[in-house]
Amino acid sequence: MRLEEHPIIDFSKRRGRKVTIYFEGKPIEAYEGEPIAEALHAAGIRILNYSNETQRPRGLFCAIGKCSSCLMVVNGIPNTRTCITLVEDGMKIERQKGAQNLPRDYKPPEWKEAEKHYGDVIIIGGGPAGLMAAIKAAEKGAKVLLMDENPILGGQLVKQTHKFFGKREQFAGVRGIKIAEILEEEARSKEVEIHLETSAVGIFQNKNDKLVVAIRKNKKLVEFHGKAVIVATGAMEKMIPFENNDLPGIYGAGAIQTLMNTYGIEPGKRVLIVGAGNVGVILAYQLKQAGVDVVAIVEALPRIGSYFVQAAKVRRLGIPIYTRHTILRAEGDGKVERAIIAQIDENWQPIEGTERTLDVDVIALSVGLRPSIELLHQAGAQITYAKELGGYVVRHDDRMETTVRGLFVAGDSSGIEEATTAMLEGKIAGVAAALLVGKASPEAYNEIKKAQQDLDEFRSGPFGKHIIEGLKKVMINE
Amino acid sequence: MSEKYLERGYITLEELKETIELPTEERLEGKHPVAVPECPQRIPCTPCKEICPVNAIKMDNPNDIPIVDYDKCIGCTLCVQICPGLAFFMIHYKGDKARVTMPHELLPVPKRGDEVILLNRVGEEVGKGKVVLVIPREKSVGDTAVITVEMPKELAWDVRAVKVVVE
Repeated sequence: MRLEEHPIIDFSKRRGRKVTIYFEGKPIEAYEGEPIAEALHAAGIRILNYSNETQRPRGLFCAIGKCSSCLMVVNGIPNTRTCITLVEDGMKIERQKGAQNLPRDYKPPEWKEAEKHYGDVIIIGGGPAGLMAAIKAAEKGAKVLLMDENPILGGQLVKQTHKFFGKREQFAGVRGIKIAEILEEEARSKEVEIHLETSAVGIFQNKNDKLVVAIRKNKKLVEFHGKAVIVATGAMEKMIPFENNDLPGIYGAGAIQTLMNTYGIEPGKRVLIVGAGNVGVILAYQLKQAGVDVVAIVEALPRIGSYFVQAAKVRRLGIPIYTRHTILRAEGDGKVERAIIAQIDENWQPIEGTERTLDVDVIALSVGLRPSIELLHQAGAQITYAKELGGYVVRHDDRMETTVRGLFVAGDSSGIEEATTAMLEGKIAGVAAALLVGKASPEAYNEIKKAQQDLDEFRSGPFGKHIIEGLKKVMINE
Repeated sequence: MSEKYLERGYITLEELKETIELPTEERLEGKHPVAVPECPQRIPCTPCKEICPVNAIKMDNPNDIPIVDYDKCIGCTLCVQICPGLAFFMIHYKGDKARVTMPHELLPVPKRGDEVILLNRVGEEVGKGKVVLVIPREKSVGDTAVITVEMPKELAWDVRAVKVVVE
């Protein structure tokens, strides 16, 4: 089912030409510009593959290319991340059954055929942090190469219909989708070289030269050469253990936003949200905007974790939030049909007799995020654990440079926070990288200082306390 | 303060009174509507203060809660339009009626003259009201439609959303 009417987004302007794809031989209508898994979901197909050992049905989970829950066989090629691979007319798609081999006649790309690009600053990730870093570095005169594995720029901004907090100069009062447009336009006007559907797979260096190796559209090998690299790869949704938590229809909150707000696809009819942090509560409001029923939000903690005002927005629309509640299990034949929730005691144990069955077809998990640090780790940057920032994070200094000279980090990949802080960190990393490659004048330090002050100010309230605690473990003091 | 509202996700009028002083009866009956923020928690957010044309909103640090100087407020609704948390409302008493101005980001957007169902802070239907003013999204500085709904005076401090009935 597709969404036609929406109070904030006009989907008719977004949808491309109609094309036909074939799912296990059956023709399915799709729109150019939308990924395979999303188009299948619109056609009511939720099972995308079967697990390796026990052949359990699996569906979409993250919808941004990070979790591998959507792997399918596309035109004979297995292990295709269908959530970020765009449909093409005549494409043949099949459910993958466990691990499958490449066809015998398939020829993997060779190094000598790699396409080469040269610049000063290479940026991995085109979300708020990466785009802001690109804008700043380019503004200083650096040649910037930016890649993102998604088919559109903007990272998670593109699915945020709500207005952002902070100061107006930091885009407060502007919707995320609009911020994404503004940043993209600015990056393009500054001649940032943009490579979409391009996944970075390795960072290498020789003295001061940096090389980022990437794969475009699952097959083409691409080399990016420069003097500095900024990693702004964002984060990935966490999972919690409960019975049947792999049933198709259990999605990360972000996946539901992608379906609904990026591609105008109805995620389901009745939704249970697990986790009342900002992500979960905002999702509830967005579902309501899309005309989808939210049955409840459950939160294991005794208090909501979101900004109070966000919770008040959904409560006044009649959506209940049950604090000190958790999900016990999901039920259904091949897809979610019911969720069993219960109240929990001080020791986090379910209280007998409080179990309740909710008829839902979607369960949204918004139980936190963890930074995507794999590339930083591979590149040799020092990693440390800071639970306040979402788990394992990379160590960095106040200019966002890691323990590897010329390797910078910004946004959620440096610790889970807000889009506002991601943009401020992006500003710092972009200017610092431009300084390192000799493109910025020393006065540019003032911009770094200003952004650092803005970060301090933003974090000075109760919601910034845990961030400051986390940063104490992460920051390199020179 | 107990901050019980964080366990429930909504604030009661009594809790709101513990957080901010509410406008006097006299002010509510005054010439202009008056802005009342339901923003009791310290978060980093300043658009209301920045947009107020008469500097009626006090907030020394971006993480402070907004305090409205009700005598300065001219009832322009810009804070209602811009507030990212949809936490600002305007209230105006007119005889035995009250007019409540609130953000509205759902479909359908009601038209002037429409009868709407009034919802309280937990989404319960508490009565019916009449839409007397609509600022559509395109004309709102905050990209959010704002509606003013007339209702019985005694509901002014309960109603914070509406349900638009489609025939």
